[in-house]
Parts: sequence; structure tokens; C-alpha cells
Amino acid sequence: MNHLFSRCTSPIWLIALLIVAPSSELVAQEIDFGRQIKPILSDNCYACHGPDEAQRATDFRLDQKESALSDDFSVIVASDVESSLLVERILSDDPDVVMPPVDHLKKLSANEKQLLVDWIKQGANWSEHWAFQIPTATKTPNVATSDWTKNYIDNYVLAKLKSNQIEPSPDAEPHTLLRRLSFDLTGLSPTPIEVKKFVEAINTIGMDAAYFNEVDRLLGSKHFGERMAVYWLDLVRYADTVGYHGDQNVSVSPYRDYVIESFNSNMPFDQFTREQLAGDLFASPTQSQKIASGYNRLGMMSAEGGVQPEEYLNKYASDRVRTTSSVWLGVTLGCAECHDHKFDPFSTQEFYEFSAFFADITEQGLYAGSNKSGKWGPSIDVHDDKYSQLLKPVVDEIKSIESKLVNEQDQSLPSPIQAIFDVEPTDRTTEQLKKLAEFFESLGPAFESKKARHVALEQERESITKQHSRSTLVTVAREPREIRVLTRGDWMDKSGKVVEPNVPRVLGGSISKSNPDARATRLDLANWIVNKNNPLTARVFTNRVWKLFFGSGISNVLDDVGSQGESPSHPELLDRIATKFVESNWNVKDLIRDIVLSKTYRQSSSLRPELDEVDPENRLLARQSRFRLDAEFIRDHALSASDLLVKKMGGRSVMPYQPTGLYRHLNFPKRSYSPSKNEDQYRRGIYTHWQRQFLHPAMKTFDAPSREECTAARPQSSTPLAALVLLNDPSYVEAAHSLAELAIQHSADDQERFHQIFQLAFSRDPKKEELVVLTKLLESHRQHYNSAIEDAKALLSIGQNTELKKPAGSDNSRKSSDKSAEQSSETTRPQTNIAEKAAWTSVCRAVINMHEFVLRK
Amino acid sequence: MSHNSESRLMEQIQRTLSRRTFLKHASTGVGGLALSSMLTRDLPANIQVLNSLDDSGGDFQLPGMPKCKRVIHLCMAGGPSHLETFDYKSKLAELDGKPMPKSVTDGQQIAQLQGKRNELKIMGPQHGFKKCGTSGNEIGNILPHTQAIADEICIVRSMHTDQINHDPAHTLFNTGTSIPGRPSMGSWLLYGLGNEADNLPGYVVLTSVGGGQSQPIASRQWHSGFLPSKFQGVEFRSQGEPVLYVKNPAGVDRTRQSDIVSTVEKLNRIGMKSDFDPEIETRIAQYELAFKMQTSVPELADISKEPQHILDLYGTKGADGSFASNCLLARRLAERGVRFIQLYHRGWDHHGGIKKGIKVTAGLVDRASAALVQDLKQRGMLDDTLIIWGGEFGRTPMAQGNGRDHHIKGFSCWMAGGGIKPGMTYGATDELGYAAVKNPMHVNDLHATMLHQFGIDHTRLTYRYRGRDFRLTDVAGKVVHDLLV
Repeated sequence: MNHLFSRCTSPIWLIALLIVAPSSELVAQEIDFGRQIKPILSDNCYACHGPDEAQRATDFRLDQKESALSDDFSVIVASDVESSLLVERILSDDPDVVMPPVDHLKKLSANEKQLLVDWIKQGANWSEHWAFQIPTATKTPNVATSDWTKNYIDNYVLAKLKSNQIEPSPDAEPHTLLRRLSFDLTGLSPTPIEVKKFVEAINTIGMDAAYFNEVDRLLGSKHFGERMAVYWLDLVRYADTVGYHGDQNVSVSPYRDYVIESFNSNMPFDQFTREQLAGDLFASPTQSQKIASGYNRLGMMSAEGGVQPEEYLNKYASDRVRTTSSVWLGVTLGCAECHDHKFDPFSTQEFYEFSAFFADITEQGLYAGSNKSGKWGPSIDVHDDKYSQLLKPVVDEIKSIESKLVNEQDQSLPSPIQAIFDVEPTDRTTEQLKKLAEFFESLGPAFESKKARHVALEQERESITKQHSRSTLVTVAREPREIRVLTRGDWMDKSGKVVEPNVPRVLGGSISKSNPDARATRLDLANWIVNKNNPLTARVFTNRVWKLFFGSGISNVLDDVGSQGESPSHPELLDRIATKFVESNWNVKDLIRDIVLSKTYRQSSSLRPELDEVDPENRLLARQSRFRLDAEFIRDHALSASDLLVKKMGGRSVMPYQPTGLYRHLNFPKRSYSPSKNEDQYRRGIYTHWQRQFLHPAMKTFDAPSREECTAARPQSSTPLAALVLLNDPSYVEAAHSLAELAIQHSADDQERFHQIFQLAFSRDPKKEELVVLTKLLESHRQHYNSAIEDAKALLSIGQNTELKKPAGSDNSRKSSDKSAEQSSETTRPQTNIAEKAAWTSVCRAVINMHEFVLRK
Repeated sequence: MSHNSESRLMEQIQRTLSRRTFLKHASTGVGGLALSSMLTRDLPANIQVLNSLDDSGGDFQLPGMPKCKRVIHLCMAGGPSHLETFDYKSKLAELDGKPMPKSVTDGQQIAQLQGKRNELKIMGPQHGFKKCGTSGNEIGNILPHTQAIADEICIVRSMHTDQINHDPAHTLFNTGTSIPGRPSMGSWLLYGLGNEADNLPGYVVLTSVGGGQSQPIASRQWHSGFLPSKFQGVEFRSQGEPVLYVKNPAGVDRTRQSDIVSTVEKLNRIGMKSDFDPEIETRIAQYELAFKMQTSVPELADISKEPQHILDLYGTKGADGSFASNCLLARRLAERGVRFIQLYHRGWDHHGGIKKGIKVTAGLVDRASAALVQDLKQRGMLDDTLIIWGGEFGRTPMAQGNGRDHHIKGFSCWMAGGGIKPGMTYGATDELGYAAVKNPMHVNDLHATMLHQFGIDHTRLTYRYRGRDFRLTDVAGKVVHDLLV
């Protein structure tokens, strides 16, 4: 069909062919305007016959029904191909007549022409853009074989499969299913014991009950929040550095912890939204809500000397529009900065109106001197759990020394010092502390011991504060800056109209203000976003969550639900999920529970070659998908399978091993990198220091984004650089060594060791053939390392956790917690020789590099 | 690419990939043609036409054979002053120390001089110039070796850009826009034309410093943005491992590493037998290439076997991370078919002390830049290698103390080889060297011209992202035909 017309030039002949002998496969079913026709019109025609007024060549528009089907133009005459001007124009070979015009970059394929003709023939049915209509729940489809379905999701999926004469796949095997579920809900694989218990439970209480329990257990796991946060942090472009120019560090990790905690506590998504966009505007915001408001401050910032503040304020403002409209609405409002949107009904004015919501954020275009001070505008200090407890005795003693001093010396105590004494030691300003230090310095020799003690206590107080508190960027509102429409985005052009905050009208009209007499606020914006009549928010969020569990969204252009996006494969299902989500009070865990409990989710992911032609991308969901784990979870899995993982949550970002010199192109200040020591070396990937300009290479090669811009879907690449990471990065070599140690401790028998390694890595037993291959490697490397002990020692000395570096008999002191019972019960460690450990390390390196290791099936 | 090699490639694809993957990836364009890796001879984007259900994409090739196969971009990071290098202004010398006419600077962007808007003073050229060769190309005396190759290069004196700070200006120079997240020009070329290097990445970056303030350079400058990450630039380092993780772990020799890689392959093949998944085949190929790279990269980086006269030509004693040794590496990369080679020399940000500073920096890059042109020429590679020499912007005719500030309205660069006319000067700035007035050439125009030399229509090499067909030249760019042979 593709090239059928490529050599034809006669339009009459063409029209005749298209009209008389339409392709049977294409006309067999009714053409779906949203899925099949609108994308063609949008992609090929909207640039001149679409929303952008400046570019519209004539009054005729193809993005609005009234115009497109108007009798005035006779471009599209329903059911009348001969009278439809469109048909003549798209089939013409006259360069002055043909549409799209010859100099236009788009041209229609034969297939697309056929579709347009057939569509007109079928009556040119028209529907408004799906994503801009409020979702409505439809009745659950009836399906005959109801024994397959577990919940409403399955009815929608099965109905569609049946209409395509496809049977769903059988359930995945229990160990595969549990591994999938664990990865999907926590980013971690199940332990061998968990797999064993699950299989036993299936035998005793049955599959449904056993599976239900696992879903409950994993949704309740604290690691659920870490898993979900990885996805959210990509969207909001969370990072530990400012991104522009010197890419200096900025402290905002409490925001990351807030996101994790919010998912764990199942905070309703509407609340989650309000707190981030406008936590500071709540009546009396909690500390957590202030931290959440840091969302507005996550964009890139600059301290570069020559920066013109106004230009950068403008850059920051545009970035916020791009990000916020993408995070919650899934639209590309950012495209309307310089001109009206080419494909969607968003005007330039609406871009700036949206931007105006954020005009009250206290910030600077140029953060002069911040490269030295480390301060990047408004922030608060956040203390950890130990802070108060550690600080109390210190503060008490400071106070006691001071009160003794008052009693002993009240005659001569200067009143400014008395005033400082009255301030809580933790609340004193730098200036006050300086005065106090001078005062103590001035005291006579009689007070020597008090003086010395006071100095020591102050130092301790500072050190506790430093260690146990983090600052974090927050939003502080100020008098809003004036926001103008900037002609062609030019910040120096002051001729544009001043605008007030408002939302794109196509999404349900103007913003409603909490205070009709005042300007609309960020809180009004947040309320509008989570209003149940907002057509986008729930759809966009649930669609993206769906992607986490199936590898593709129901609408699979995750970052654009506008005209250039993709009409959903299962529109009724998406609407049903979205409406249910809103009705459930935006309950994220309930949403995910529905998804993972569905039979659709539980299917095997085995490929079905017979469906290659009909459904090459598995969009009908006749099976589960398989995809590579995200960068963070690859690390987590290696550390967890080898029992190196420290499951401590939150806190400052950490520094995994990294090749030296990676930051040598950074300046102001120059940077060096020190890998974290002790337990912080073995933390989950989500806690990795996120250097926007030089992201950790193991993250970057596995497609983690730099987070300079909002990312709704990570690509999945396969490159030799990624192979080099798993082969040679010390984190993975060390994990292989540790996994080898576990196997050696597990048993003296090679076969049992292989079994244990496979259970830890893949949650399954090895196949015979695999054992043959690995045994060969083992034996060859045993032989080699026996005659190359120095090599063996060198291999085993990689990483901080090496046995060789530890004094004999010392316990693994790396971890302070989370030592699981099953492993710590191993007390007697056989003295295995070095060569043996090295040979098993080789085996484990091979295992970690297997495709299956990083694959979620 | 000839029709024959196309069909050979197609055969290879058909053999290896099932129709499922083939169709699945058709929708994501060339990025999905998984077997062709970053390192093998990549399938160019136009091949997707043959696979795609939609035959409207990928039609970007211009008729006629492309003149150019590779680019070496000598990025003079920091912003070299055009007024001391390639754009002599007698008027400036005449008015040295006089106030800058307000009519020129009012309403214009100014970087660090913004506080001094009302007291801007003209600064004359700090070094002399000479008309060189038969072409008469006028070049600063701080670049004697460049003067010697004057007849080989085409000087453009009318460059202009939009971004006045280093980071966004580099981003614009590499990606065509200052908004982060877009692919850089090397990535676009790989996406469009594929890689011809065996066992090396198609886009390699080398860096050096010296002679002035080292402004930071972000890895986004060589990032693939929304294009598949196999098209990203790979940094070759002069210290430590030349490519990250290219060395075996301690205690692992080549045989042992080879054992592991081949064991992994066998295990993956077992996986494939029970559970046919074409992705596994891709992964096997990547491991094979990674392993080969572990040899090819150190071999490439080892310039100890280069003859003495070549080392002398470039002015390097050996691989020491200097711009000179990087230029020699660039030639070695070019010989091996690397498509886009980018050298950053961070040292041109002369806000102060420009007289001395620019001479030092020029001294660090001059001989090797010229040597690269000569060396490629004597090897018959200059015709299909495009060399671009220049910074992200220029510097002000106005003094900033005894230096010059960032300047975007007019600056210079030069090009050589790749079908660019040698021995000519194109465009001009006004008499004060402030704004490009004759034949202004925007960065987007440079990109359009560069792509043209590869036989690519810059308006048609596109990638769909967030509903829009993006291109290197964003919404602008015109091919400057006057520069072409």
C-alpha cells in the first residue's frame, strides 16, 4: 500500500482508484477521527490552518469543526468525496494546487490520503480533542469469559482483545510475577525467602489471596515511596546543583524526602499538588508544606558574573511554565512563548498569563556571590530526628553556664549581653554569637574554665547543627513582578500588554479566584489543576502511572496529550481510571492497587510472535511488557542482591564511587569528588548526588536525565558504554565480590552456590545449560587465580567493603541497621582462599552482566 | 550511501530483527534500529523510510554527493576577541581611549559592563595584523602559524549569536537554541548519517585549558538531548582512563575479561533460546563492541608511535592533554572514521589583561590548529573534513579595564576543508567591529551550511519530540552558498 501511488501522477486516475476501489483493510472498520484523522490534519495542516493566528494563511481552519466542515468552503463535504475540495487538493499533482504545498516540509503518504478520502466517504465524523474534554466514566464492558477478569480494568482490556480475536496470555510464573511486582512497587527484587513464602502461600491459601497479600505488603513498604519518587523527581527536575554555568551545589534534599514520604503516607494527589505549588500560601503552613513549596524553586539558576538579571528572571519564568504545564497537564504550553501554539489552542498571551501565577516568587535573576555563599534565595533549615536529642544537653549546659555567670557577675554584665542570654542558644544570630564570643574573651582569668567550656559548647552546638540539619529552598511570596506579553519572547521588548494570572481558556474557561477582588494566586492555580472538571490532570497522572506498570501509557506520548500526542489505545479505560482516581479522593495507592491486581497486569510477558503483525507494540495488552530497569534500580538491584544495600532513607545526597576528574570542567569554585564513606556508599540510587552538568556516569549511561528540564519518559538505550559500566564500574565489581561471598557462605557445594546466586539475582533456579557455562568459567578462573594470587587480591580489594581490608574476625561494621536475619545468622565463616573468592567474583560479574539481571519481565 | 550498501544493511536487519522489533522501532525512528550501535556503522535516519509504515519522514538528503564526511570543531571556549585575531579595525586604533558612541550601544545587551553603560570607552587592537598569502586574508600577528595557512582557510567576520553568557551561548552554538535539553550538532549528524568508525564512538570530545580564565563547560554541550543516547558525544580524557570505565578492573587481565564477556554472551544466548527476545541480540552486540573498545580506545590514544616530524608539526611531545596533542588525536580519530570531533580549549575569557592573555592563549592553539589543516591536507583528507575554528561569541570593542567583555553582535570564526572556499574572507562588521553589517551569519546559518556540506537539508533532518518536529536550526538558518566551493 505504501508505495502504491509513488509513481502515479494522474490525479483523475488516483481519485478514481481511491473512490472506487478503496483498500478493503482500511474501510472494513469505521475510521476513528481522533486516532486516525486528527493526527494527520494536525501534523500536516495545522501549521497554516490551525491555532496560530499569525501563521494562518486564510480564514479556513482545520482545527475547528465549524470551519472545517463549513458549507462556505466546501473543503470537506461529508459523504461526498467528489465535492470535497480537500480530496482534489491532496491528490493533485499540480504544484500550484496540491496541499500541503510543495514548499511545506510535510507531505501526505498514500496511506494518509486514502484515510482522509475514506473518512469523508464514511461521513466525516468529527469529535473534539479527547484530552480537552472532561473524562466520563462509561459502563464496564460485558465480556463473556468473566472468569479471566479480576477487576474493571480487565473488562476493558479483554473486550478490546476479543474484538481483535486475540486471547490474553496466561499468568506469569509466580517467581516472575513477584519479581515484577517487587520491582514495580519498590524498585527492589524480592529476597529468596520472600519468593519461597509466596510460592508456599499460593499452595495454602490460593493464588489470589497470596498475591493480594504481597500487593498489600509491598504497597506498605517504605521503599514504595522511593520507587515512586524516582518518577516524580524526573518530572519536577529535582537535582542537587543549579545547572547553569558553575553548576554549584544547592541544598534541596528535604524536598526529595518530602516526595518519598508523601507517596509512602499516601497523601491524596490533590493535596500533594497544592502543597508543592502553593504550600507557602496555606493559612499556617507546616514545615513539611514549606518544604513542598520548594517545587517552585527547583529550576536552574545562575551565578555567572555577566548575567543580566532580567533576562534570567525571564528564563526562570518560562522554565516554570514549561515544567508546570508538563507535570500536571501534560501539554506543551511552553511552545507558546514566542508565538501562538501551532497545534493546540494556546495563545502567547495565555503563556504569559500562566507565567504570571509565579510572579510572586522571591528570587533573583543573578545569584551574585552564591557560588561562594552557597545561598540561593529563600530557604529554611530542616533538622533530622537526632537533632533535638543531641542538642538538648549542649543547650542546657550553655544556658546553665550563662545563668551562673549572671548570678556571679550581675553587676557588670552589659545589657546587650544580657539581652543575648535571653535568646535561646539555637536562635541567636551570627552577629549575636560574635558579640557573645567577644564578651567571653574579655572576661578575666577567674572565668577561664567557664570561658573554655562555653567555647567548646558553642563549637559542639554548631557541629551538631551542621551535621543534623539541612537547608532547603522554599517559596516565599512577594509583591508580584509585572508580567508582560513579550513579543517573540524578547525580554528587552517592553511593548507587550501587561497580563494577570490566568489559565488556558480551552481547558474550561478562566481561573476562579478565592478572593474575587484580588489577583489569582498559585493556590488558585493548584485548586484549578485538581478541580474535578479539569480534563487533564487526572488523565495525565494516571496515564503516566500506568506506564510504570506496563512500559507504555494508554496514550503513549507521555509528555504531550495535545493534538500532536497520541489518542489513547483504550480511551474508555483511561477515562474510567481517571474518574475513579478523582472519586477516590485522588488515592494513589488505590489506583496502583487496581492496576497491579488486574489480570492484565499479571499476564506473562513472553513474546507472542503470532501477534507481531497485528499488535507489534503490544498496545492491546495481550501480554505484559518487559523492559530494562531504570538506572537507579539497576544500582539498587546489584547492591541488594549482594547484600551491600543500606536501606537508610532520606538525608543529604550521597556520592557513589566515580572516576576521578569527572568534574574538572567545573569552575567557580573548582570541584573535587570524594566518594561517601561507610554506609552512605551503599545507599539507593535515588540518593545519588545529582550533578546536572555532569551526572554520575552510571546514571547517565542508563538514561537517567540531567533534570535540566521536565522528563516524562526516559528513553531506554543500549550502548557499549552501559556495558562498560556493568563490567568495570567499581560499584558493580564490588557487588559481584559481595555476591560471591554470600554464595560461598551459603554452601560449600558449587551447585548450591550457583542456585543461591541465581535466586538472589533472578529469583529463579539456574538452567542446566547455564550451569555448564558458568562451571567452565569458574574452573578456569580458579585455576588462573590460584597461580595469580596478587591479581586475586587486587580484584578483591576493589571497593570499601572488602574483606581483605578488615582485621580478622571483625564483623561487617559498615551497616548500622537493616541486617536481615537470614544473613546475619551465618556466624561461622569458612576460611575460603583468595583465589576461590576471585573465581566466584568472576562468576558473579558474569551474572550481573546478563541481560536478565537488568530486565523486568 | 549507495543503494547497494542500503540493501546490504537492510538484509542484515531483516536477518537479525524480527518483524516485531522492526515495526515497533519504526515509530521511534532510527534510534530503534537497535542492532546498529553507537559504534558500528550506524544506519542513517533516511533508512527508516524503508522500514516505516509512514513514508513521509526522513527525506532530508540533498541531491548530489555530499562533500563532507566529518567535522573537527575547534571550539575556542570563553569567546576569543575577534579584534585581536581576525577582524582588524583601524578606526578602533584611531579612537583608542575615546568614549564609545552611545548610538551604537544604547538598547543593546551588555554583560559585565552593564554597570558602566555611561562610561564605555573604545579599546584599540592590542596586537598587529598582517595580510597573508596570495589571498590577502588578514590575520593577527599573535597567530603566526595560522597566518602561514591563510590561503587554506575561509574567515567569516560576520558571525552573530543571541546569548551573551558562556553557558547558554555554548548551548546555542551546539544545539541551535539556548534552551537546555536539545541535541548537539554532533548528535544530529550521527542521527542523520550514522557512524563510520569501527569500534569507536562517532562523536568524540577532547578538552584542554590554558591562557585565560577557564570557564566551566557542561556535558550538555555534547549531549544527545532527546535523541537516543547512543548519539551522544563521548569524552576522551587525557588523564585516567581515556573513556570512562574502559579499563578492566584491577586484577582482571584481558583473557579473564574476555572469558567474562563471552560467558555473558553464552548465557544471553541461552536466554534467547527459551524466550526469544530480540533485545538480547542488541545487548550481545553492545558487549562485543564494549570489549573491542577496551582495545581500540587505548590504541587510538597512544600517540607514541607517531613520527617525530609529526609531533613537531603539531608542537607536542606526547599525549599530555594539551590542545596540541588533542589536535593530533583529532586527526587519528578522523582517520578512523569518527564523524564529529570536538576540541574545547578553555582559555579565551579575557575580561582583563587581554594584551598578554590573548597572546598566551593564541600561542597554545595556533601551531596545532594550523598543523591539523596541513596534516589533513597532506593525507588527502582535507576535502572531506570540515574544520571549524571559533568561540561561542566575540568580545567588545569597548574596554573592560584592560580587557574586553562578552560580545554577541559580531565576531569571527574560520573554516577549512569540507568544500568551503579556501583563501577568502566573508562578511564584515562595522568600522568599530561592533555589529555584523555585511552578510551577517548567525550560528543557525553556520549549522545550516555545515549540514548542507554533508548533503543534508537542514529543514528536513527532524526528530519528533513533544509533538513537534525539532531540527538543529530550530526555526531559522540559511545555507550560505557564497562560502561553498
